[in-house]
Amino acid sequence: MRVIQWFYLAVAFAFIYLPVASLVLFSLKDGNLPLPPFEGPTLRWYQDVLGDHQLMAALGNSLLVAVVSSFTACTLGFLAAYGLARHVLPGSAFMRGLLIAPMTVSYLIVGLGLLIVFNQLGIGLSLWAAGTGHVVINLPLCFAIIYASMGAQQQNAEHAARDLGANEARVITLVTIPMLAPAILAAFFLAMTLSWDEFVIAFLLTRFDVTLPVEIWSLLRSGLSSKTNAIGSLVFLGSVTVVLLLEIFLFGRRRA
Amino acid sequence: MTASISITTLHHQFGDFQALKDINLSIDAGEYTVLLGPSGCGKTTLLSVLGGFLVPTQGNVMIGDNDMTRVQPAKRPTTTMFQDYALFPHMTLQDNVAFGLRMRGMAKSERHAKADQFLELVGLRQDGTKRPHELSGGQRQRVALARALAVNPDVLLLDEPLGALDLKLRRSMQDELKDIQREVGTTFVHVTHDQEEAMAIADRIVVMNAGRIEDQGAPDRVYRRPSSLFAANFMGEMNQLPAWCEQHGVKTALGYLPGHDTANSTTQWTACIRPEQLTFEPHEWSLGSATIIDSAFFGSHYRCHLRSDEAPELTLVAYLPPSAAPKPGTKLPIYANPADISLFATEESKEAIEP
Repeated sequence: MRVIQWFYLAVAFAFIYLPVASLVLFSLKDGNLPLPPFEGPTLRWYQDVLGDHQLMAALGNSLLVAVVSSFTACTLGFLAAYGLARHVLPGSAFMRGLLIAPMTVSYLIVGLGLLIVFNQLGIGLSLWAAGTGHVVINLPLCFAIIYASMGAQQQNAEHAARDLGANEARVITLVTIPMLAPAILAAFFLAMTLSWDEFVIAFLLTRFDVTLPVEIWSLLRSGLSSKTNAIGSLVFLGSVTVVLLLEIFLFGRRRA
Repeated sequence: MTASISITTLHHQFGDFQALKDINLSIDAGEYTVLLGPSGCGKTTLLSVLGGFLVPTQGNVMIGDNDMTRVQPAKRPTTTMFQDYALFPHMTLQDNVAFGLRMRGMAKSERHAKADQFLELVGLRQDGTKRPHELSGGQRQRVALARALAVNPDVLLLDEPLGALDLKLRRSMQDELKDIQREVGTTFVHVTHDQEEAMAIADRIVVMNAGRIEDQGAPDRVYRRPSSLFAANFMGEMNQLPAWCEQHGVKTALGYLPGHDTANSTTQWTACIRPEQLTFEPHEWSLGSATIIDSAFFGSHYRCHLRSDEAPELTLVAYLPPSAAPKPGTKLPIYANPADISLFATEESKEAIEP
């Protein structure tokens, strides 16, 4: 029985990590096609990627769109959650539903809808447009995460702060946000990851300046290359670093 | 600082539910008042009205000479110590205690010095750099007290502050609360459902039930001469004897009650007597004899159930001295002092008959 358990574990992890492993492996291959047999290793493709201004610009764009759109989605999500959790409003259940509903709409539909709206309004396609799209898809998520973590404990602390003379702005900045920081940061980083990866909306709503997934896609149109593997490995390395840093500094500290 | 409180004809309604009905209450400056009652009696609602978290549907709240009925919590000379302490988990104890002073614009070094002073008052001076999660329940509660007192309130409101502590710690915190209250002189209003706690700390007990004040006064008066049947039962164990008026006076299930005379036409009454007021030495009123059904040892006394031999359907509770070593089946003559008896109308009219 024990053997089967270990075998199952190994298969499960292989299933998850084999694609990533082969991506990283063939980014080190000294040849034009990322296919077996393996030759090398070489860092040639990495040098190529880091020297490619267009790719580096796309990477910067992606980072900018991810940070700005996640920050906006988090801010709006927090304000909505605070309002709905702390005040009795008419139709608040309906409003909550309306805020979360966009999660069920596919990115393609959201992207197409925004494309039509922007065209009608005469707003040109740009990174701003793509960022707006990312706010639309991430707001429901940020709202749901932050709203779920607003409990009675914060509410009592907010009461206490008001009782001790704090006005509404200071209650939010000195008590509510610090107490909800883990949830807000979790929402922020999740939104950032999703925005960083997102292709369909970015593809539909950007024109000259594009994000990294769109740039990679245009590279792929000219065929497979070990260079794309190198980009993928770099992005993967970046994500892993962020996750590890978060684990060590944010979630690890809370457990201690 | 300290101030008196005066509440007049206060009503509060939550939808269809009448939470407070015609509350009139004056509390002197520097008094330790306890609002006592079962859950749902309106005591916490009344505290919220005093703290400014609720605006009453009707009536007035005066603190000192100012009408505070519609003033926000932040602008009142009151602070509240919340049931779950509501400390700020992300701040050190010093910052917790200094929070109210910070809101009043006090400079950092000054407010930290003041916070240390109040941490000293509650015996946590050396723990100022800790955070709330590093403390025990009793310590958190002291920090909550220091935080509420640091802004020099006229009135401190305490919402079941000792509810989460174990019995022993609760008793020692009661003494401490009382000592601190004497030291600072602030008016304390404390909510609890524990009558022993109320008697241990209160200068004045306000017994509440179903949104009304049933009785208020000094603890010994409310315990010994309660002014309503509810207060009589809530303040401690009570033997209840059905009674009725006859030509020659008040008759109970255990015979005529000497010294009580009434012309009131209400037919049904309840005579109340506390277990420790039943004696076994001859006294003015004889209640006949009774048989011990069972007994349990409580340290300072034996608590016994007795069945009256005259009225076998009546079970009485009596306290026997520890030396008595009562045995089930023993017959005892029971006596009482008629002056200890409280009589209450069982029907609508709730007035008590004075002996």
